[in-house]
Amino acid sequence: MSWTFTSWTVAAPAVSAAFLGSLVEAVEALTIVLAVAMVRGWRPAGLGALAGLALLAAIVLALGPLLDRIPLHLLQLAIGILLLLFGMRWLRKAILRAAGVIPLHDEVSAFAQETNELREQARRHEKRLDWLAGLASFKAVVLEGLEVVFIVIAVGAGRGLLLPASIGAAAACLLVAAAGLVVHRPLARVPENALKFAVGVMLSAFGVFWIGEGLGVPWPGEDLAIVAFAALFLAVALISVALARRPALGTLR
Amino acid sequence: MSALLAVLREIAGLFVEDGSLVLAILGVVVLAAIVAKLAPGMTLAAGAILLFGCLGVLLINALSAARGAGGA
Repeated sequence: MSWTFTSWTVAAPAVSAAFLGSLVEAVEALTIVLAVAMVRGWRPAGLGALAGLALLAAIVLALGPLLDRIPLHLLQLAIGILLLLFGMRWLRKAILRAAGVIPLHDEVSAFAQETNELREQARRHEKRLDWLAGLASFKAVVLEGLEVVFIVIAVGAGRGLLLPASIGAAAACLLVAAAGLVVHRPLARVPENALKFAVGVMLSAFGVFWIGEGLGVPWPGEDLAIVAFAALFLAVALISVALARRPALGTLR
Repeated sequence: MSALLAVLREIAGLFVEDGSLVLAILGVVVLAAIVAKLAPGMTLAAGAILLFGCLGVLLINALSAARGAGGA
């Protein structure tokens, strides 16, 4: 496959969106897996996480061949609508957090809450705790991983970019796992809202682009239109933050 | 069973959080699709409706959520 400039204008945002989106989800999953590991040890935490990854891999392997059978226009339209719903949901939440309307996501507090819940379970079901702890780890990986799978499929399927998008997502997950193994603490300093803001902008731009393609819209500049759409979404999102901002509240952190 | 329900809830939650945002986005998409279908020579207009409609929906929804939270 020869990569042209316009190929890169689609591939670069797709890989970046997959990488950044996966970074956010992997950090959230790591917080739960770490809580399980701290309370009950690495064995149930690791086994639960591995089982979750295996289920996610099975979902990807099952969905991949199905996608090839769907007509491209229909696929672009369906994925575009889902991307728009998903991306604008993230963007709206990031705007409200940046404006201080709703509180920022706090990994330290999520870690403390999960640890407390596991300790409470320990008091009630001591014998079954390894199983319950493994299940908590499994659920965290599956639930957060589903978002990663969706982002990868959504940004990758429309233009045959599943492999680069998967590589971007896998790189983010490996990076977070390595950081978690080194620091043994939730990655609270990751600027989660800024990442969600960026991913929301990119996914919304992809969503509009794919829906338009599905409807037969001849976008000016073809693939380059995605960059222009992202710039427009970013501008409107920043204006929304400025207009919705409350004094002494959130930031774009 | 509760894990399965949690997964299903999570899948739905990937796309639906604020019902009014979802309805507004779908409304814009349907409007753009109608224009594209009824006026095949004006598909670019359908694209403009889609793009600027979504941008408008984002701005209005975020500001209305901010106002709602302020009034609560």
